Amino acid sequence: MSRAEPQFDELYREVILDHYRRPRNAGSLAAPTHQAEGANPVCGDEIELDVTVEGDVICEMAFRGQGCSISQSSASMMTERICGGTISEARKVMQLFEAQLVDAAEPDPELGDLEALQGVAQFPVRVKCALLCWKVLREALNIDEREATTTP
Amino acid sequence: MSIDTARLREDFPILSREVNGRPLVYLDNAATTQKPRAVIDALTHYYETQNANIHRGIHTLAVEATDAYEGVRAKAAGHIGAGNAEDIVFTRNTTESINLMARAWGDANLREGDEIVLTLMEHHSNIVPWQLLAARTGAQLRYAGIDADGRLDLDELRSLIGERTKLVSVTHMSNVLGTINPIAEIAEMAREAGALLLVDGAQSAPHLPVDVEALGCDVFAFSAHKMLGPTGVGVLWARAGLLAEMEPFLGGGEMISIVKPEGSTWAEGPHKFEAGTPNIADVIAFGAALDYLDALGMDAVREHEKRITAYAIEALEGSGGITVHGPHDVEVRGGAVSFEVDGVHPHDISTIVDAYGVAIRAGHHCAQLLMRHLSVPATNRASFYLYNEEREVDALIEALDEAKRVFGRVESRTAV
Repeated sequence: MSRAEPQFDELYREVILDHYRRPRNAGSLAAPTHQAEGANPVCGDEIELDVTVEGDVICEMAFRGQGCSISQSSASMMTERICGGTISEARKVMQLFEAQLVDAAEPDPELGDLEALQGVAQFPVRVKCALLCWKVLREALNIDEREATTTP
Repeated sequence: MSIDTARLREDFPILSREVNGRPLVYLDNAATTQKPRAVIDALTHYYETQNANIHRGIHTLAVEATDAYEGVRAKAAGHIGAGNAEDIVFTRNTTESINLMARAWGDANLREGDEIVLTLMEHHSNIVPWQLLAARTGAQLRYAGIDADGRLDLDELRSLIGERTKLVSVTHMSNVLGTINPIAEIAEMAREAGALLLVDGAQSAPHLPVDVEALGCDVFAFSAHKMLGPTGVGVLWARAGLLAEMEPFLGGGEMISIVKPEGSTWAEGPHKFEAGTPNIADVIAFGAALDYLDALGMDAVREHEKRITAYAIEALEGSGGITVHGPHDVEVRGGAVSFEVDGVHPHDISTIVDAYGVAIRAGHHCAQLLMRHLSVPATNRASFYLYNEEREVDALIEALDEAKRVFGRVESRTAV
């Protein structure tokens, strides 16, 4: 019989499952300079984020959360990708990531592992899962939404 | 008489559609059920032949529409074994029925120090209205817990009900665990304490034979859309005399007797609580839903659901890596089956099974107190109704197998 053979191996790429099973930067920081938390009330995904910023550099990040593989792997990959860089670099990555999910833009090499989440764009109800940690980051770093999407 | 699903499914137009290239397998009946042709036709028939505002016209259409609307009050009463149609109020849904009680009864009867007893398995609609009432009056909320099997802890419930208790409000059937609560026993506890007993029947009225007299409750609330009827119609039944003691809920047309500049007097019976033009068309179509259920017989509906629920629980747990919450004995549970798949979050499950045309629910099911108690952020829930077949359970299992395969490609999370 014919299976549904949906593109699930593509949506749930192994790198996503790997970040879900073994989240990077899971836990908390002793003395974060920035903190925020967020939830998707409809589905119950939760992310709490600790960040330490020195000057313009994101030195340390840690997150705690619960939820689906998309929301949790996105948080893990986000911390791995932007930790060690500057806030303006983080903004740039945020913009590229949102473009990939919301506008189904071609993944940018700048995204690194985050490119793996491009399949989520085909599942509109799941896009908010992938964006949750970024919303929390924006709040933690006090990045204005408009600013984030207009600053190159 | 047993239910012939093959014949009966022909009455439900939506059940012949496809989703993602596969036949629809609709297993989200605890959220809302599908509608038979008779209900859809009743809506059209009303708008095409009888449409008029009720209770205020003398012309023929107004009389016909009023008769049709009021006729459903009697059918709704009959469906739950209530003697008097005048004890039935139409609302928008179960939530509004409960809010009506919290306002029209609660505000006048609760004081600081009084207690309201609830359970951890309540839907938010049977928690939040009481939290709001407690905030207005200074009353306190108490919650009875549940045991490892997902059944209400009756000893704890008994210990919580005392002389301060003014209201006990419990679900008849859990929308998450499927647990059927022993309402007659709880009614005795409430009666001894002189407390009012409200029963949230949103999940029971569609699936079980209900007799409010035998249950011994004071108030029973349910929704039309979970029992083949249209959305936008709820029912509130209150024991004889209770409605008359209560203050109005919403003010406006229809609910008054005489309006003078300095004040007004209220309409008699349920009309006091039905301000403004009600949802006439949907109430009338709900009558067709009640006719459909009564023709099948609620005993037959219950028997069918016991069979398919037992089949589903066995198939789910037998497929490996799946845990079913709540009682497993179908004598004490209904057809809302919550389960977890090891290592796969419910949202991921839901996305994958949807591609197989299977509709189930993932989330907290408006029962966050229960989710916390179960120590899970969310569950998967398959919920059955009179038209579901065993092959649909098989389709769910096949889709879950794919989810397990996709997530099994990398080894399970190592202990943190």
